Amino acid sequence: MTYSLDFGWLAGATGAIARGAATTILLIAVTTLAGTLLSILGAAGRRNGPLLLKRAIGWYVEVIRNTPFLVQLFFIFFGLPSIGVRLDPVLAAMLAMTLNMAAYTIEIVGAGLDAVPPGQTEAALALGLRPRQVFIKIVLPQALKVIYPALTSQIVIMMLESAVVSQIAVRELTYEADMLQARTFRAFETYFVVTMVYLALSIGLRRLLVGGGRRLLGAGVS
Amino acid sequence: MIEFTFWDILRNLLLAARWTVLLSLAAFMGGAVVGMIVLFFRIAKNKWARRLASGYIALFQGTPLLMQLFLMFFGLPMVGLRIEPWTAAVLGLTFFASAYLAEIWRGGVDALPRGQWDAGASLGLHYLQELRLIILPQAFSITRAPTVGFLVQLIKSTALTSIIGFEELVRTSNAINNATFEPFKVYGLVALIFFVMCFPLTQYARSLEQRAAAR
Repeated sequence: MTYSLDFGWLAGATGAIARGAATTILLIAVTTLAGTLLSILGAAGRRNGPLLLKRAIGWYVEVIRNTPFLVQLFFIFFGLPSIGVRLDPVLAAMLAMTLNMAAYTIEIVGAGLDAVPPGQTEAALALGLRPRQVFIKIVLPQALKVIYPALTSQIVIMMLESAVVSQIAVRELTYEADMLQARTFRAFETYFVVTMVYLALSIGLRRLLVGGGRRLLGAGVS
Repeated sequence: MIEFTFWDILRNLLLAARWTVLLSLAAFMGGAVVGMIVLFFRIAKNKWARRLASGYIALFQGTPLLMQLFLMFFGLPMVGLRIEPWTAAVLGLTFFASAYLAEIWRGGVDALPRGQWDAGASLGLHYLQELRLIILPQAFSITRAPTVGFLVQLIKSTALTSIIGFEELVRTSNAINNATFEPFKVYGLVALIFFVMCFPLTQYARSLEQRAAAR
């Protein structure tokens, strides 16, 4: 039997694919903002917080990094309702993605904080800045500049990993692909097209982040 | 209705975990073999061979693993193979792993000083001998930490094969959860089993990293 490829269905499917891609972009945008914020707090807490907090953050990072994202997602989406917290799939996906990304970026941000010479903090303190101002105005911008490439990679990885949230019926790109292939019976072609959309998204996202980083953090960001 | 005790759940999950381990090993070994071939192309003298390998790596690193698995699952029948979750899972993860491993090892090859190649050439070794005797042993040795780190990622990635119907740990846990309605317990145990598999490897990778940094 010879199989012939058929992309005739594509014309009627662009709307669904675009809607799915938009949801994927929304998910990763929220995750990037919330995850980065959480990881800055986490990395700072791990360095300067009380001992108990340091330990808790350390364990959080280890647990998330050594278990699959899919299991974390199921744990949050199916597990939380049994203690009375019922989450909408989109919220559950955003929560799982943020918690997952933060575990990786806490380490990345932490490495950046360590890379800023202590003289910077001492100089800022000597100028009369308060510790919080020193962190936000002096240490953090320099740390972010150092770790920006690693942060960018992690965001792209998270975007690719977001494909699995289709499993809790979030209507993102993969979910739309599942629906399309069920309707067209053209599974290979459907997933091929959607894979290429993901490829374009990841290339575009990387370009956007590198460009945005240059603007925000100044020259020298790659 | 069947009653599941805690031990029933744990026993079934551990039995399913065998498949997770087996799949991880098969994909890691397959990925190492294919990854070597990709590496040869990636560091070849021919520009087009290098470009081809770069494109291969970019393709696998720039698309979701879930999509790669779907394409494998639905693409295999087109080349005359039967749709079978195990085949699709092993092949999909093998190609996925090969791209990442080739890129990790290429980093090792690039990190070696140019003099290593020159010294090999001056001893009269030809290209393949240089690679086998001088370059690759050193490249593998300095990339041991990221290679182990990737193995952890690969083990976690096997969870996705549950979606294309391969009966590993996560798929079994879904079935158990549907029967017991105890998601906290079931997925908590699954997370624990994955943690027990991955955490020692993570620690090992970390110790390798520290040893390399100390040198």
